[in-house]
Amino acid sequence: MPEKNENTEKNEKDRRKIKAVKKMKEIMTFYYIDAKTAAENNKKVAWITSGGPVEPLIAMDIIPVYPENYGAMIGASKMGVDLCEKAEAMGYASDLCSYARCDISCATVNGGPIGGLPKPDMLICGNNICGTVLKWYEIQARYFNVPLFIFDTPFCHTGFYEEMRRYVRSQVDEYIEFLEKTTGRKLDRERMEEVGRLSVAGQRMWQAVLDTTVNKPAPMSAFDAFFHLALIVTLRGTQTAVDYYQELLAEMNERVKEGIGAVPNERYRLLWDNLPIWYRTKWLSEKFAAHDACLVADTYTSAWCGSLRYMDENDFLNSMAEGYTRIYLNIGVDEMARSVCDMVDKYGVDGLVIHSNRSCKPYSLGQYDIQRIVEAKKGIPSLMIEADMCDERMFSESQIETRIEAFIEMLTRKNRR
Amino acid sequence: MQDILKEMVDAVRDPFAYGRKLKDDTGKKIVGYVCTYAPEEIILAAGAHPLRLFGTTGTIERADAHLQSYCCSLVRGVLEEGLRGGTDFMDGMVFPHTCDSIQRLSDLWRMNVTRGFHVDAVLPVKLGTQSARQYMIDVLHRFRTDLARELDYAVTDANLNKAIKLMNDIRRLLRRIYELRSDQPGLMTGDALYTLVKATMVMDRARCREILRKVVEKMETAKSLSEGDTNSTTGITSKRLLMAGGICNQPQIHDMIEAAGGAVVWDDFCTGSRYFETLIAADKDPVTAIADRFLKRAVCPAKHAGLRNRAEDLIHMAQERKARGVIFLYLKFCDPHAFDYPYLKDALDQEGIPSLLLEVEDPLPTEGQLQTRFEAFLEML
Repeated sequence: MPEKNENTEKNEKDRRKIKAVKKMKEIMTFYYIDAKTAAENNKKVAWITSGGPVEPLIAMDIIPVYPENYGAMIGASKMGVDLCEKAEAMGYASDLCSYARCDISCATVNGGPIGGLPKPDMLICGNNICGTVLKWYEIQARYFNVPLFIFDTPFCHTGFYEEMRRYVRSQVDEYIEFLEKTTGRKLDRERMEEVGRLSVAGQRMWQAVLDTTVNKPAPMSAFDAFFHLALIVTLRGTQTAVDYYQELLAEMNERVKEGIGAVPNERYRLLWDNLPIWYRTKWLSEKFAAHDACLVADTYTSAWCGSLRYMDENDFLNSMAEGYTRIYLNIGVDEMARSVCDMVDKYGVDGLVIHSNRSCKPYSLGQYDIQRIVEAKKGIPSLMIEADMCDERMFSESQIETRIEAFIEMLTRKNRR
Repeated sequence: MQDILKEMVDAVRDPFAYGRKLKDDTGKKIVGYVCTYAPEEIILAAGAHPLRLFGTTGTIERADAHLQSYCCSLVRGVLEEGLRGGTDFMDGMVFPHTCDSIQRLSDLWRMNVTRGFHVDAVLPVKLGTQSARQYMIDVLHRFRTDLARELDYAVTDANLNKAIKLMNDIRRLLRRIYELRSDQPGLMTGDALYTLVKATMVMDRARCREILRKVVEKMETAKSLSEGDTNSTTGITSKRLLMAGGICNQPQIHDMIEAAGGAVVWDDFCTGSRYFETLIAADKDPVTAIADRFLKRAVCPAKHAGLRNRAEDLIHMAQERKARGVIFLYLKFCDPHAFDYPYLKDALDQEGIPSLLLEVEDPLPTEGQLQTRFEAFLEML
């Protein structure tokens, strides 16, 4: 009899597994092989920030490489502490962003996953996510001695003004000139239009995937989204990304139809704020699942489709000025809180889980206010986890475990009432 | 000299008391700001008084409900004062865009400190391009309009030109004081010098100009006297140093350095040379001229004006001022400075200029620890 139980459990687990994962891994492997062999194939490599304007690169056949995506890989493979310590030995303070510390030290040593990133021919820094990337890319521009383009997107505390649009729009042209000069090739405008359309299509598709979690049970969790996010970050503007998300969407819709949830007995629906704790995603995912809690949505993965409303697929270069400026991290704390409240409504959320991330000041400073606003407006409890996305030294397991348990207890009590 | 400086010492000891009194006495509106990218000339031309906030001298309690412990003590301290009501007498607060923490401070201030108006000046981060220059000018025009509206005051070109003249005078005088002191560090203690710079960010600017003029006169007299006196040892024995960093909120550091046999003869501080270096051109459209100064002046590391300019400037400064070493005084959790440190240190090393890094938080650690580090560093020089 126990054998049969085991079998059912295994079947049940298999049924719950997202099939597209395999394809995703293949695509990312090909992508990294392509990037690593760029020089042999006469292709240029551009390092670009996660919120940076990648579309012109794709249109010009320049391979975009994302140190932040690599930072996530470093974190997930638990290599963060070692690389952070190496950066500290180079003189970088331990309070600095752990992605930056990892990437900076990784460039100088032969370490890190996949044997390091391919060397950049140019650097593209979009400061719509933080001021840290500016300093980080300056350091890499000095180290690799390659040209740096800064895509400067003014911060929108309370609005997006005409002079901001003009400034960012002229930088789109400067950016294209920079790429043409660096590669010695002209941008094919028709191809650019096509890439713009694909970018918007990919973002729409990604939003549609995320939207499937409005269903109860949610067919996927934020932990799945953290994984499937990679393509909308790295291959935004390609047919590959659109096709992949179409397939993933179909699978999610199928799961919804069959009532397959990410968490077996979904009881509590939670919203995650901030970057994942990459070295503990599995641990956290299991901790929450053990209490029948599913993280159905998050503010992080939705950031790559959050400014869709400002993008015009038929006028991409003009509309990207606003689209790239008004992203989640480049807006005021009050607007962020409104956005979280909207998500609470949309996804039917019972509680908020906030990662106070030492590495990310623009994302984390203001979270206490967001927490209070959401608690007051939506009447839901919240949990704050103090940690860091890559630096495991900042993670206190026993303390966080106790907090999660207390939080679940609070949800249970609230539910009983 | 002490008599002349007393007014400044008092103003720096309690800037809020000074601000309240100035408001009571003159009816002037008071506008707070947190960094030297605040266009003071526009605030002055709007008939108001720009008052810089330097954090808090008290304990931080209220701000802890809004900002994590990994935010710098300057930002937490400024918010603390806002929440505590220390700044209630102010008519408004302006936030020029610089680092990630001040960026969020602006949001949290707007959301939680309800007294007074709130204006952002979202300056460009990169400074070297034509489009950035145009944007800088546009932002300052918007700032001018916003301020005129909030203060209900016509910001005329004539007023702007007057404010530019006043601030240029102050910049020239501060630079002159720095130069005199660089020639003869014994003319003024480091503590007094930094009090004086900070006071110009707190006090009525016209009054500052008067005081600074007197200080320069006094220093010039003292200098010529000592030049005739061959036995004078003013400043000759101390080891010449530069200091670099964000803000210097810890005047006692200068006493420690001087006690250890050093003298800071120039600096790259936001509460130092970055405040007074580079004048505003007087023969241009005033807003354009203010914008151009922001584009040209030595940058805060949160801004981008090139890949190697900060190291080049620092080395140039060390050579020009014949400094034997550099002390980096950084506020803990200040990311822009911390990111630049390894590259600046390397550049100094290559020139054979030793440096010391001090990461501090308000309040300072016990005196003994720092004193020992200064002594060890100075001994090495």
